[in-house]
Amino acid sequence: MNSYKKAIHKNFKENTFFRWGCIITVLILLLVVVGLFWMPYEPTAMNAAEKLKGISLRHPMGTDNMGRDVLSRVMYGSRITLLIAAGTVAIGTVAGTIIGALTGYFGGMLDEIIMRIIDALFAFPSILLALVIVSIFGIGWIQLLLALGIAFVPSFARIVRGEVLRCRNMDYVENARLQGVSDFRMIFVHILPNIRGVLMSSILIGFNNAVLAEAGLSYLGIGSQPPYASLGKMLSDAQQYMFGNPSYVLCPGIVIVLMVLGFSFLGEGISRWK
Amino acid sequence: MKYIIKKLFMMIVTLLVVSICVFLAFNIIPGDPALRMLGTEASPELVEQTRQEMGLNDPLPVRYGRWLFGFVQGDFGTSYNYKIPVKDMVISKVPITLTMAVMAFLLTILISIPLGILTARHEGGLLDRILMVTDQIVMSIPPFFSGILITLIFGMVLRLFTPGGFTNYTVDVGKFIRYLFFPSLAIALPKVAMTVKMLRGSLLDESMKDYARTAYSRGNNTNGVLYRHVLKNAMIPVITFLGMALADMVAGSIVIEQVFSIPGISRILMTSISNRDYPVVEAIIMGIAMIVISVNFLVDVVYRIVDPRIGLEE
Repeated sequence: MNSYKKAIHKNFKENTFFRWGCIITVLILLLVVVGLFWMPYEPTAMNAAEKLKGISLRHPMGTDNMGRDVLSRVMYGSRITLLIAAGTVAIGTVAGTIIGALTGYFGGMLDEIIMRIIDALFAFPSILLALVIVSIFGIGWIQLLLALGIAFVPSFARIVRGEVLRCRNMDYVENARLQGVSDFRMIFVHILPNIRGVLMSSILIGFNNAVLAEAGLSYLGIGSQPPYASLGKMLSDAQQYMFGNPSYVLCPGIVIVLMVLGFSFLGEGISRWK
Repeated sequence: MKYIIKKLFMMIVTLLVVSICVFLAFNIIPGDPALRMLGTEASPELVEQTRQEMGLNDPLPVRYGRWLFGFVQGDFGTSYNYKIPVKDMVISKVPITLTMAVMAFLLTILISIPLGILTARHEGGLLDRILMVTDQIVMSIPPFFSGILITLIFGMVLRLFTPGGFTNYTVDVGKFIRYLFFPSLAIALPKVAMTVKMLRGSLLDESMKDYARTAYSRGNNTNGVLYRHVLKNAMIPVITFLGMALADMVAGSIVIEQVFSIPGISRILMTSISNRDYPVVEAIIMGIAMIVISVNFLVDVVYRIVDPRIGLEE
């Protein structure tokens, strides 16, 4: 454990991408965690006297067209965005891993059929898939979570299937098979732990894509409904006021960028681990 | 040739699977389309008669066959809300979305390939480091936010275009292209960043290989090795990526059209989704899927022409 700590310490000092990834991610997480306990204002509290104010000490990110404090709304919004992104990746990873592992391990006719469907879904841009699902199940953040989750299954299934196929004929699997290990145990106890590296990096990339997809879809007005808003929805609300009050549109936008940037720096840093 | 036929066959299978998925998705939704067209006030007899006319009482496979057959012949169904053929609603908007996607694609190629070569040539240097960090940042900006930033910078500060001042191609093609340049740039930016990173990595990988060293030892200079030998091989993974990117751009234009208030496919799609006007949604989604899948097929073919080894491996 101590050497693990040392490696992180060393990378924090020498690995620029890793350092900045940590700093940015911690900042964003701080914004969310602090928001759980304390926010400068109630995110839905309107104040007619302070509409569309710029950046000030009273309102560090200014106020919106209804006089609501943008910082509080950003704190609340980034919580929703992070939750949906995490949920999306969780659904995608679990379902994708199970489908990918089973089809890759057993092969055969079922594999053919499922992989055709996965290929077809993969050829389908995930934003479109999410739109199809939302138009069927209706608009709301739960539907959005489900939609994005399903849209993320194909890519995870493909990655896991490829890895399982690669591992299936390796010596350690052969060895376990000779010892009479059951198929279930083989997949989940022997093979899956060996592909966790690949899975980890696709989770990091997937998380970024999920944040971007969530932001894009809630920008289109699909997702959490007013008065609460996720970051993407805030941007689309703010857009019509951007010439009068740029801080209202810039602040939530920059928070989205930092959120994605933090994780992509972390991913980049891990790939350059020293 | 055999390879192309095989790929063509696979493409048709994929298209069929997609069409089944889309059709099923929109036909297992609770709610009666006939009732939706007529409104809840309609008498049961009239609803039943309309159901008969729309063929809703037939079994699912028959309806699927009819829908698919109609789709192939260019009959995309009738809008619930406007009672006009979907084709008439959509057809005039297609050029707008496609022009934007193609422009974004061309911009991506024009910007990213020189930049990718530039960073690879200065690997480890200051220029490379600055470009790579910028690249990482640009990649993290969602296209709609870069759209907003572009509007702020080019529309408000530099006044190069009028935000919201879209001119249709039927009025003035020049102005149409000029207005679309900025949304195309917004769509292209994240793809440019990804392509630069990919091309850089690919060029560096290839330049380490034996054939590059051989080319050097035969007296070629850096430019000779780079442009005559390494670049061709390094482009192979980039071409696949660009193909996927082009498909993505068609879909990505949905969000960007909203940012720049362009009356393209996206506006119809979004209003149809909130109005639950399923035939319109169904047709647009199928249309985009068809474009995406055909582009992927074309990429496979181009890929094969660029790298004849691929066919041999299979």
